[in-house]
Amino acid sequence: MSHLEQLPPVVALLIAGFVALGTILTLLGTIGLVRLPSFYERLHAPTLGTSWGAAGILIGSMLMFSTLGSRLVIHEVFLGLLIMLTTPVTMMVLGRAALHRDRAEGRTPPGTEGPEQPLK
Amino acid sequence: MTLLPHPIVTVVLTILWMVLTGFTLGQLVLGLLAGILGGFAYRRITPRRIVVKRPGAMARLFVRVAGDIVRSNYDVARLILSEGRHHRRKAGFVRIPLDMTNPSGLAVLAVIVTATPGTAWIEYEPRNGQLLLHVFDLIEGDDWVHTIKSRYESLLMEIFE
Repeated sequence: MSHLEQLPPVVALLIAGFVALGTILTLLGTIGLVRLPSFYERLHAPTLGTSWGAAGILIGSMLMFSTLGSRLVIHEVFLGLLIMLTTPVTMMVLGRAALHRDRAEGRTPPGTEGPEQPLK
Repeated sequence: MTLLPHPIVTVVLTILWMVLTGFTLGQLVLGLLAGILGGFAYRRITPRRIVVKRPGAMARLFVRVAGDIVRSNYDVARLILSEGRHHRRKAGFVRIPLDMTNPSGLAVLAVIVTATPGTAWIEYEPRNGQLLLHVFDLIEGDDWVHTIKSRYESLLMEIFE
């Protein structure tokens, strides 16, 4: 990657900062996914990776390629948009499946308070 | 019968097409064709045209949500690192009675709730408009019903209803 030398140091640092932020958040999300006690809680952790985790990496990528001027930089905007629009689908399917199972087996979800009204 | 049953879908698909292939006249024609076809396909799923009544409110909502996402990312990351304030964190369900019935508004609300770590959309009951939300960090005294309704729902109703 010889063209990396064309990057001004300030921009390189900025990009490194954004990419580091994104990857750290994604890593924390996966750690949470492994370590949290209940299913509903584990549902929250990966959203770190799909919100600012993804945004950090994408902003870094946009900065890098707009500085180098090698191509138009709105690919990342579409990537971010598609990630944001598709995550809720998976999330709802998983959440409702868990809820359905808990209702069918007649128990309150483990590690959590039940809703104010009893689960139907 | 109109050529553009869903103008927003058509425009977005056309731009996406040109971004992925190239900004030439030929690709614009092909992209428009794909966009128009996409609009018709989308009508099979959503028959009524989606109308954004207040683009200004949309921009305000966008800025607000962007800020909330940053904040909640920080909160959840810290909770994971500190083992949930040393096991004192309590997660739980919250029921939120929604006044909004517009499907587009509800869809955008679902995207917002999912994109902000710490809240998960579990179930929406169309019969009584109740939304079941799972909250990662249920702090005593935090009024989630008020938060969702005043921060997002009122703006979304302005935009779509």
